[in-house]
Formats: sequence, C-alpha cells, structure tokens
Amino acid sequence: MITNSRFFNRSELVGLISLVLLLVVILPLTLDIFRLNLVAKYLTYAFVAIGLVLCWGYGGILSLGQGVFFGLGGYAMAMFLKLEASSAANTKIQSTPGIPDFMDWNQLTQLPFFWKPFHSLPFTFLAIVLAPAFFSFIIGAAMFKRRVGGVYFAIITQAIAAILTILIVGQQGYTGGINGITDLRTLLDWDIRTDHAKYVLYFVEVAFLFGAVVVAQFIRLTKLGRILVAMREQEDRVRFSGYSVANFKIFAFCAAAVFAAIGGAMFTLNVGFMSPSFVGIVPSIEMVIYTAVGGRLSIFGAVYGTLLVNFAKTSLSETFPQLWLFGLGALFIAVVLAFPSGLAGIWADNIQPRIDRLFASRGEKSGNGLIADGAPAE
Amino acid sequence: MFGDYSLGDLGAIFAMQGFAGLILFSVYLLMALGLAIIFGQMGVINMAHGEFMILGAYVTWMTSNAFQHFVPPLFPGYFFVAMTLAFIASGSLGMLVEWALIRHLYRRPLDTLLATWGLSLILQQAYRSVFGAREVGVELPDWMMGSWQATDAIQIPINGMFVMGLTILITIAVFYILFLSRWGKQVRAVVQNRVMAGAVGINTEKIDRYTFGLGCGIAGIAGSAFTMIGSTGPTAGQLYIVDTFLVVVFGGAASLFGTIASAFTISQTQSTLEFFLSGSMAKVITLLAIVVILMMRPQGLFALKVRK
Amino acid sequence: MLIGHQPKDFLLAVSGLTVSFDGFKAVNDLSFYVEENEIRVIIGPNGAGKTTVLDLICGKTRATSGSIQFRGKELTKLKENEIVKAGVGRKFQTPSVFEDLTVFENLEISFPRGRTVFGSLTFQRDTTVTGRVEEVAEMIFLKDRLQTSAAELSHGQKQWLEIGMLLIQNPDLLMLDEPVAGMSVSERAKTAELLNRIIKDRSVLVIEHDMKFVEDIAHKVTVLHQGQILSEGTMERVKNDPKVIEVYLGH
Repeated sequence: MITNSRFFNRSELVGLISLVLLLVVILPLTLDIFRLNLVAKYLTYAFVAIGLVLCWGYGGILSLGQGVFFGLGGYAMAMFLKLEASSAANTKIQSTPGIPDFMDWNQLTQLPFFWKPFHSLPFTFLAIVLAPAFFSFIIGAAMFKRRVGGVYFAIITQAIAAILTILIVGQQGYTGGINGITDLRTLLDWDIRTDHAKYVLYFVEVAFLFGAVVVAQFIRLTKLGRILVAMREQEDRVRFSGYSVANFKIFAFCAAAVFAAIGGAMFTLNVGFMSPSFVGIVPSIEMVIYTAVGGRLSIFGAVYGTLLVNFAKTSLSETFPQLWLFGLGALFIAVVLAFPSGLAGIWADNIQPRIDRLFASRGEKSGNGLIADGAPAE
Repeated sequence: MFGDYSLGDLGAIFAMQGFAGLILFSVYLLMALGLAIIFGQMGVINMAHGEFMILGAYVTWMTSNAFQHFVPPLFPGYFFVAMTLAFIASGSLGMLVEWALIRHLYRRPLDTLLATWGLSLILQQAYRSVFGAREVGVELPDWMMGSWQATDAIQIPINGMFVMGLTILITIAVFYILFLSRWGKQVRAVVQNRVMAGAVGINTEKIDRYTFGLGCGIAGIAGSAFTMIGSTGPTAGQLYIVDTFLVVVFGGAASLFGTIASAFTISQTQSTLEFFLSGSMAKVITLLAIVVILMMRPQGLFALKVRK
Repeated sequence: MLIGHQPKDFLLAVSGLTVSFDGFKAVNDLSFYVEENEIRVIIGPNGAGKTTVLDLICGKTRATSGSIQFRGKELTKLKENEIVKAGVGRKFQTPSVFEDLTVFENLEISFPRGRTVFGSLTFQRDTTVTGRVEEVAEMIFLKDRLQTSAAELSHGQKQWLEIGMLLIQNPDLLMLDEPVAGMSVSERAKTAELLNRIIKDRSVLVIEHDMKFVEDIAHKVTVLHQGQILSEGTMERVKNDPKVIEVYLGH
C-alpha cells in the first residue's frame, strides 16, 4: 500500500519518537495540569498547522482563512456542549428556560432551527467533519475550477475569515457574539472542567494528533502527495499529464479544512469555550506562521513549530507583553527571508548531517541503511 | 425594508448615506490607489499598508498639536502642512522597507504577504510604545467644522467635502504621474519587461524603490484624511486592509480606473445598507457580495483578456 | 456529431479555427488535417501563431470560433485533462518537468492510471508500472538516472524526460514544440534518433525551426504566417514556394 520502503524515514522517525516522548511522557510528568492544559490548547493549533503543510507546503495553496474551519469545528462542538449545559433545570431562572443563556439575554424565546440538531452527539461529530469539508469544497470548487490561486485565493480566504467573524459578533443572539459560547460544563454528563477530565482530554487530543500525523503522512506518501508537489512546480504539466488540477487542489484544501476543524473541536473540549477571536484574520494568519516556523514541508515540523511559537508567546507575554508583537513580527520576516524551510530545514541542513556522520563513523555496516532511506522499493 | 419611509424620505436618506459613503470612498480610494500601484505594478502584497496610513494619521495628529502649541494663528492651515509631512514620512518609511525587505522578495508574492504582515505587527507595537494604546483624535480648524445645508433634509459636512476634493486631486496627480510623466513611463516599462527596461538604461532598482515609496506615501495622505472621520489608534489600519485589498482585486488589479469604480461601488453599497441594517450586517452583506462576485469573475470587474 | 463531408481517416481535423486576444487574431480561420501515422511539421516566422495552434488543440487556450475534431471528438469543448485522456500529448517549448521529484516519479506520474483524486490515493507502484517506467527510461537514455532528482538533469536530458513523460501516456497524437531547441549537436542527433523511434504507430505534430531536422522527419509541412496558412505540402514543394521564400526561408 505504501510505496516507499518505510512509512517514516529515519529523520521522521526521530521526530516521531521524540514527539511521542515529549507529549506522552515528559510533558504530562513535568507540568502541572494548568500548564498541561495550555499545551493542549497549543496542540489544537497543530492540527491546523498539519493541514497547512498539505495544503500550503505541498499544494502551494496558501489559505489565510483556516480560522474559519477551526471555528466551524469549535463552534459545532461548543453548540452541543452548550445545549447540554442549558438543560431546563440549569436555566430555570431565565425567562425562557432550556435555551442557552446568551439567547435569553438577547430576547430569543426559542432555540433557532440550526441549533436543534446539535442536541445529538453523533450529529455534532458529523458536523465537525462535514461542515468544513462542505464549506471548503464550495470555496475550493468556485476558486480552483476558475484557476484562481496564489495571492487572490489568500486574500479571498482572508475576506471570508473577516466575514464570518463579523457575522458571529453581529448575531449575538444566535452565536453568543464577541464573548463566544462560554460556560460549557459536561459531555454526556461527564464534567469536562475537572482536573481529571483535563488529563483525559489531553491524552485524547494527543491520540487524535498522532492520528492526524499518520493520515497526513499517508497522503504525502501516496501518488497524490507527489502530484501536489508536481502541481506546485508545474501546474500545466500536471494538467497535460491528464489530471484535473482543480480537483487535487480542492482535495488538499478540504483535507486542511477538516484537520483544522478537528483542532477546533479539540480546542472547545480542552479549553472549555469557543469565541470569534479564534476565527478571524489575525488567528488565521498566525496559524500560518506556526507552519512556516516548523517548516512548511514537514508534518512534524508543524507540530514542533506550533508548540515553540506558542510557548514563546505565553512566556513573552507573561513577562514582556510589549515585546511579543515585535517578536512575532520579526518571526514572520525571518522565516520568509532567512529560514524558508523553518525548523525542519535547520534540522536537515545542520543537525541531521552531524548525526549521520556520528553514526557513519561508528560503523560502516550500518551505513547502508542510511542511503536507502526514502528510496522507492524495487 | 423600505416600507416605512416615504419617497421623499428615501431620497434624502440615499443622498445623505450616499455622501457618507463618499467619505468612506475617499479613504478606500486613497488606500487602494497606493495598494494598486504596489500590487498592480510590482506584484507585491503589502499587508502593512494600513500601518503606513496610520503613520500618516499620527503625523497629522502631531502636526496639529505642534501648530496649536507653537503657532496658533496658523492653525487653520495646519492640514496642508500635515498632509505633506504625512506623505514624506510614510513615503520614506516605504522606501526604507523596500530596501530592507521587499527587494529580496520580488516574484514571491505569498512571501511578501507574510513578511509585510510581520512588518505590520512590528509597526503596530511601535505605535503603541510611542503614542500609547489610546486612540487620539485631531481638532479640526473652525473652517472645516459645520455642514452645508443643501436642502431641508440634506446636510453635508464640510470636512467631508474637503476630503472628497482632496481625493480627487490626488487621484488626478497619480494618473498624471503614472500615465503622463516620464517617470511613470519608466515604471510601466519595468512592469512589462524588467530585463529589457534594465537593458535600455532604466535603473530598475531605483524605480522599484520610488514606486513602493509613492504607494506608501499616498497611504500616508489617506491617513491625513482618515483623521477627519475617525480616531487614530495603533490597530486602526488593520481594520481597513482586507477591505482595501478587496477593492483592488474587485476592480481588477492592473486597472486604476477599475480601482476607482470598485471603491465607489463598495463604499456606496456599504453605506446605503448601513442605514437599513445594522452596521455589521451591512458589512457582511457587502463583503459577501464581493467575494461571491469574485468567485464568479475572478479577474475582477475591469480586466483585459490577454494571452498568458 | 460527425460532419458528413469529413473523411474518416483524418486523425485530427482543424477547421475554421480562430482565436483573438483583445481583437488581435493570433490564429485566423485556420484549417488543416492530419492523417493517422503522419508526421506534420509546422514552420513559420516568429509570431505566426504556431505555439498558439498547439495551445488551442491541447486546450490551454480556448478558441474564439472554429472546431478541432480528434477521432470525431470535438476538443474545443473538453478540458485539458480530458483532451489528454482522448489521446493527445503535448510537450512544451521550455522543458517542464517536476524538478522536486525523481526521474522515476516524473515518469510514474505520467503513467495513465489513477488519475482521479481517489485513484491517486490508492495508486500502487506494481510491476506493470515499474516495468513500463524502466522501458521508457531506457528509450530516453535515462535508465541509470531513475533515482536522480530531475533538477540535476542537463537541459537536453530534461527535454528527453518530458518526451518520456509523453511516451508513457501513449498518446495517438504527439505534439512537440521545438524539441531540439537549445540542445548540443550530439544531443540533437540522439533526439532525432529518439523521435524517429517513437513516432511509429502515432501521429506527430512538431513545431521546429531547424530546417535540417524538419527535412529529416516531416511527411508534410504546414507554413503559418500571421495566423493563417501560407503554404502546405511536402518539404520539397514548400521550399520552392515563392511566398514561403519571401516571408520565411528567404532570410
């Protein structure tokens, strides 16, 4: 099924094992639950970053609207949790009991029709995956079939992020407005606010994240992954090799959207609320920088990049809040001007060769395996 | 939604909202002209354009304060000085940025987008550190206060008319510079064939730098105009950047005439809708309409069919 | 929807083809016919519309009016990838190969299987694929460079690789835009040999400036000038056509 000799080559294996150690062993053992919960929050963005590796790194499609899909997933999850928290018993002091509190404050007297299906958890799970897939398909089909790409696509996705944010903020009664959907309590009567639940949700998220890594790696290693690379370079040659370029772009964009939406749903579960400040232009473009810092062609790089930038953000904004924006701004410029392949590039250019030399000098016998990495099976 | 108003009321509403839209049109157009020059002529996406505008606004604010403090009798005329200074400040910063950043990124439009976004964050924080996070507003000289009573129902503010007039003058100047002056000819030559333009003795690096500087300088003037209709804060520019990019793309990136028409359409639509709907819904519907139209006609409203 | 008077044995029938860019007619009411197994060379001065004709046939440019029939199929209404599936292959003037991929992967992508999104996700590199890739690699003199990244190939090798990518598609009509341009003398000879081998069992439409090369391979020559046909026939006839000598060969 997999065309390369190994699913993960050696440096990817190093990345995978150290990531497993870090996320499953080191961080849970060393951090208190508050900090671990912060890590869980960062990791939700890693889903977006992995999607962007496929879509932007491989497919060359820069979407500045990933917050839209992050938000769709997050809001879908939040709507379910909010409905569960708004049982008639919990909300009996409202003028209309049984509907979310913000609706009551905004003089709504009954649940809007599009909220109703979110009483069902299976529907919510479906919505988390299908809503962004459908939405990104519409956008992708409209744009890519007409050969719109590059900066136009970037600007239009950014505009869509702006539109959705304004809409959410403006339609308070239906969406919770600028505050978002807050005060989420239980998932099928299981309290998600306890420390124990936070541990469980952290590990659930980590499991999903490795699932995302494996799926992304699978896509990358199929012929589809190679077509994405080919397309980024010579779109016309792919077209005249008999492929519908638009369909492949739509696929990459949809895949990135679904990854982002799963991240969004995880965000709601781990952080306990969802708001428009994770949907708009600014968060969307920040998600791009996570990918860029990690290395836009590296799936593991995306995860490390997300963690690193967010750690830096938290520690800098705690100590020198005014420095953070300077740092973030400089980071954007640096990854474009100086490190276009990000952390993964630095690893491959500076650290990997040293390790290889170390191994090579230790024994010639193992030297064989190094060269064979990544080579197609005969 | 029109049902509650009489025909006469509706006429007045459209006239007043139309005029309010014209001020928005002025800011959009001045911003978009700069962006269109930089994007259309150089292929660079300048996400920091809003911050260049805000620099112009801060310069205007400082000039107005300086006049009030040191030469109060000359205060009525401060705006003309401020506008010139704003142009010079934003233009010089633009040239510096072109030299330090942009020139390394030609032919990589997506990268210019990310790098200039980083620049915009840095500028925002710089404004916050220097001028504080609070929004500032300029005091208008007396002659710009008040409004002109056109009919019983229609009032038109004088500062609005002034901004409009200014915008028209600047637009004419930009047209002159790009299409009639020798320098504009060189700019267009560089756009069409960089290698050949270099070969016939045009200093393409210098042209790039001045073109970028001009675009940013116009944003600075937009900032001056902006002080009359809104208050200036570190992040005020970011609110306009997406709208302005849509104006440029909607008009067809290479066409300045398209930019004008599109700035007009978008500002009028938004302003008229604002009266009948809430501000946010007016904006949502306007933006959505643009995005849908762009999806159906991606080349924008005014684009030529050319062989690629 | 075959038109009655059109003889069946034409593989490609171009009739009344016109394309205009903002009023400028790059190709103007052009008609010509290519038979099965025919090698047709299109020559003409710069700006005559030669490349545009290939662009129109392969769907890169849309015709303003006129028709292009390929085995009875109307190509002007098909998308590029559908035209490829119908059996038309196109090589570009500047070598366009995928430099981030290896020679093997370049050829594999062109293998006509798994061309849909789902198909490419489930595509397997089995012995049919590797066998065919190796066979073609041998023909294009790149058998020992299969694992090389295409970026490391010389200009001539890239041209061969692109020809190989077309061969693996096995098109009925092969369109080549200046296949020997920019090649060294020895590469040129090798390319001629390669072309002579691959043109068997298919029709070929070639744009070329190298007259020696044209004489070597052409069955029939079409001379384009300002988007219209100036002359058509055997090389011998065309060469002696006074109109052709005046606008093209005379220089």
